[in-house]
Amino acid sequence: MSFTRPKFRHPGLPKNKLGYTISYYEGALSTLCAGCGHDSISAGIIQACYELNIEPHKLAKLSGIGCSSKTPAYFLSNSHGFNSVHGRMPSVATGANLANRDLTYFGVSGDGDTASIGMGQFVHAIRRNLNMTYIVMNNGCYGLTKGQDSATADHGSKNKSGNVNMFESIDLASLAIELGASFVAQSFSGDKGQLVPLITAAMAHPGFAFINVISPCVTFNNNVGSTKSYDYVRQHVEATGTIDFVPEMPEITTEYAEGTIQGIRMHDGSVLQLHKLAQEWDPEDRLSAMNAIKNASAKQEILTGLLFIDPNTKDLHNLINTSDTPLNKLDKEHLCPGNAVLKDINAGLR
Amino acid sequence: MPSLSTSKVNDFVVRFANVNGTGSASANFLFTKSIFRMGIPVTPKNIFPSNIQGLPTWYEVRVSEKGYLGRREGIDLMVAMNPQSMAGDVAAVKKGGYFLYDSSKMLHANYIREDINYLGIPLMEMCNAAYTDARQRQLFKNIIYVGALSALFEIEFPVLEQLIAEQFPGKAKLIPPNIQALKMGVDYVQANFKHPLDIRVERRDLVKDAIMIDGNAACGLGAVYAGATVAAWYPITPSTSVMDAFADYATEYRTDKTTGKRNVAIVQAEDELAAIGVVIGANWNGARSFTATSGPGVSLMNEFLGLGYFAEIPAVLIDVQRTGPSTGMPTRTQQSDVLEAAYASHGDTKHVLLFPSTPKECFEMTADAFDLAEQLQTPVIVMTDLDLGMNDHVSPPFEWDDNRVYKRGKVLNASDLENIQRFGRYLDVDGDGITYRTYPGTHPTKGSFFTRGTSRDEYATYTEDGGAYQRNMDRLIKKWNTAKTMVPAPQLIHDKNNKCEYGILFFGTSQYAAEEAMELMRQDGIFVDALRIKAFPFNQMVEDFINTHEKIFVIEQNRDAQMKSLLMIELSADPNKLISVLNYDGMPITADNIMKQVTKKLLITQD
Ligand SMILES: Cc1ncc(C[n+]2csc(CCOP(=O)(O)OP(=O)(O)O)c2C)c(N)n1
Ligand code: SF4
Ligand SMILES: [Mg+2]
Repeated sequence: MSFTRPKFRHPGLPKNKLGYTISYYEGALSTLCAGCGHDSISAGIIQACYELNIEPHKLAKLSGIGCSSKTPAYFLSNSHGFNSVHGRMPSVATGANLANRDLTYFGVSGDGDTASIGMGQFVHAIRRNLNMTYIVMNNGCYGLTKGQDSATADHGSKNKSGNVNMFESIDLASLAIELGASFVAQSFSGDKGQLVPLITAAMAHPGFAFINVISPCVTFNNNVGSTKSYDYVRQHVEATGTIDFVPEMPEITTEYAEGTIQGIRMHDGSVLQLHKLAQEWDPEDRLSAMNAIKNASAKQEILTGLLFIDPNTKDLHNLINTSDTPLNKLDKEHLCPGNAVLKDINAGLR
Repeated sequence: MPSLSTSKVNDFVVRFANVNGTGSASANFLFTKSIFRMGIPVTPKNIFPSNIQGLPTWYEVRVSEKGYLGRREGIDLMVAMNPQSMAGDVAAVKKGGYFLYDSSKMLHANYIREDINYLGIPLMEMCNAAYTDARQRQLFKNIIYVGALSALFEIEFPVLEQLIAEQFPGKAKLIPPNIQALKMGVDYVQANFKHPLDIRVERRDLVKDAIMIDGNAACGLGAVYAGATVAAWYPITPSTSVMDAFADYATEYRTDKTTGKRNVAIVQAEDELAAIGVVIGANWNGARSFTATSGPGVSLMNEFLGLGYFAEIPAVLIDVQRTGPSTGMPTRTQQSDVLEAAYASHGDTKHVLLFPSTPKECFEMTADAFDLAEQLQTPVIVMTDLDLGMNDHVSPPFEWDDNRVYKRGKVLNASDLENIQRFGRYLDVDGDGITYRTYPGTHPTKGSFFTRGTSRDEYATYTEDGGAYQRNMDRLIKKWNTAKTMVPAPQLIHDKNNKCEYGILFFGTSQYAAEEAMELMRQDGIFVDALRIKAFPFNQMVEDFINTHEKIFVIEQNRDAQMKSLLMIELSADPNKLISVLNYDGMPITADNIMKQVTKKLLITQD
């Protein structure tokens, strides 16, 4: 039983700058339930990588365990993938990233995988500002183990069996901002228009980029009374604004009315153009971002879009000053001090 | 005056009883090193509490002309600097031995034994008179007793002077006060005691080119030489100093002098799960990476070690073994992680283990572990222990062959991939159970694969087919059998003059005591062959050794006879043939202990 995608493709598909069509970015056929939010996010990832002209083999995709963590098999089949252990993707990604700073690291996790078993690793990856994109496909439940409430299920939300969750939920986006994440966004699997530029910007960001994506589980948590159902989320999303990701823009030329457009220059020269809806919020100010989330949630709204960004952040490699050459490319000549040095070391131990 | 049964040149044990955190460690080391510099084999052991300041701590030094480097029971001279442990310290002295104490206050009548000799030196008074600063009084008190010991044992004073000079490079100001303090001790002994004692040292040329270092530093250095670039760890005694040493050596030898950039990345992880996760991620991505921990950490790493085994990712783990859970006793030594390490994780798993006995082997086996892990694409665990890791040992010097190449195993590069039809990550092309892997980023269209623990076929395509699972598990056993031929072979000590029915088998730090015990037994007319296991899986020689001897005494430092279990499980060895000699009080095993257990059990087996 194995599922590979049929090879036939429409010949007239457009190509990106590298000359690849979007099909080049696809993966194996998904085995998730029809309508699962996770599949829409995979489609968004494929689109974003295509648009960003990513060389798939220069990207490593990693995940934990869960329906969400299965998705890396369903995009970028020319990338190495690693379906690791439950809740521990951040540490594997840390090691991989330290070994080769030249690749792009893309992590996928679930709300169970991140907010419960993997909470420790999640917060520490943020603390170290690991240069990676980290997406949580958040459905408020454990899909793969058949629908138990997760730690992101909202207080008062009803699951498929009719049980009402009595515990407070963990808000991953607020937590990430609080912990010092340098890029935090929130989105909805049903809003590809918003999701794709967010993923693109996250991948271009030179530090830990976190996107919490509400992604309904059609099988276990799409019922009336659930705050993670398609209907509920559609009715309650409120966007901070929309963004356009403009790669390598020489300078910001267009003038916009004060407070409606904000241009954020990324370290590689690209620019994020933010069309702000919420006027009082400043995406480069942590406190303001936190307030915006809290204000929205007081109004029972799910705030989506870019929430916070620090474009001039220093990632783990810069913090610990590793060599510019990826560590996995260094050979014995760079690594082994040799026998003459060892003789001196021996002499010092006599 | 009570005296030791024989006068002993270069053959005695001194124990220092100190209060943790009083700066005694460097003074005590000065004493040890001075004897080493006089060419005499010497072994120090720390017996320390899980505490930073205030609790009792002991440092025991065995001096042995014959080169016995294991621990020996019986204290010939006690340096009693801790009122808290005084009662026990008095009792520990051998009949006719010596008790050196601070006589600034009168010794309590309870501490007086008729059968030992007292050497009272008013250390506190001397310090109070000579120094005004409290910390100085404390530190120099230690140096004064070292000076006193040098006169009592006839340690050459210029050797001490030289060591002091080396201790403070670039801080010439500190040298004279230390020499002065040493002299105060010497002078007091010369004025007040008959000296030298009947136990003393005499210069020899026995240590030759040997070095003195602890096993953890040797492991850290081995990892630098082996080209480890990513290290992750979580602090735990007794393994912390492995990473400290790695970091120090890497800072010295892997930092670009002009840019300050480092050819190494070291992460203090949030726990051991993360530490091994980092190691697995880095190795997956083609960097040599390792972690160091102790038993509790290995427990936490279990899930990932299984993933490493199944997904076939190299990883190197240094396990510095200690006693069981909690704090306190865990800062004592043991070999009690053998089974935990051998079968760590869920599913059918087995791991390659290496058992070093000396710092030199810590260095070499750590380096070898990286080669083996990459060649076999599996975790390799270096099983050292607290005794080896945290005590200084006299060891043969380190050696490194500059022609040695890093054996990176079966890794395909872009042009290799161009030349093959279809890459099968788990396809056994060579028939040795070891398949080919690729690093991420190698080739735009060939060589990518999806890493999972299970549920894939030879081409890493997802499948839940039981047949595919079983084929893979069988191939892993084939790989395991290949490993048997690649791991270090055991060391056989064969008695050439006698045909021995009995054998002794040991591993790791039991070597010191076991070899001394063999000598003692020989004097009693008991002749045995010996085998020192250096690795798991067991090489054919282990099986042959068991088959060719009537009974085998299996010496190990744990309660449950874990190595014996492993021999029974893996070699179907007859349990009646394997007689356990165990030690699990947290102190390194002694020759005397082995000798007593073996002779007792010999009598029983001969009935
Ligand atoms: C150590 C461990 N414990 C439990 C499990 C079982 N398990 C598999 S997936 C999962 C929950 C996944 O939930 P989430 O991360 O939200 O992913 P989803 O399926 O909802 O996308 C659990 C508990 C496991 N694989 N490993
Ligand atoms: S169970 Fe839920 S989360 Fe899992 S695939 Fe089905 S819909 Fe998606
Ligand atoms: Mg979930």
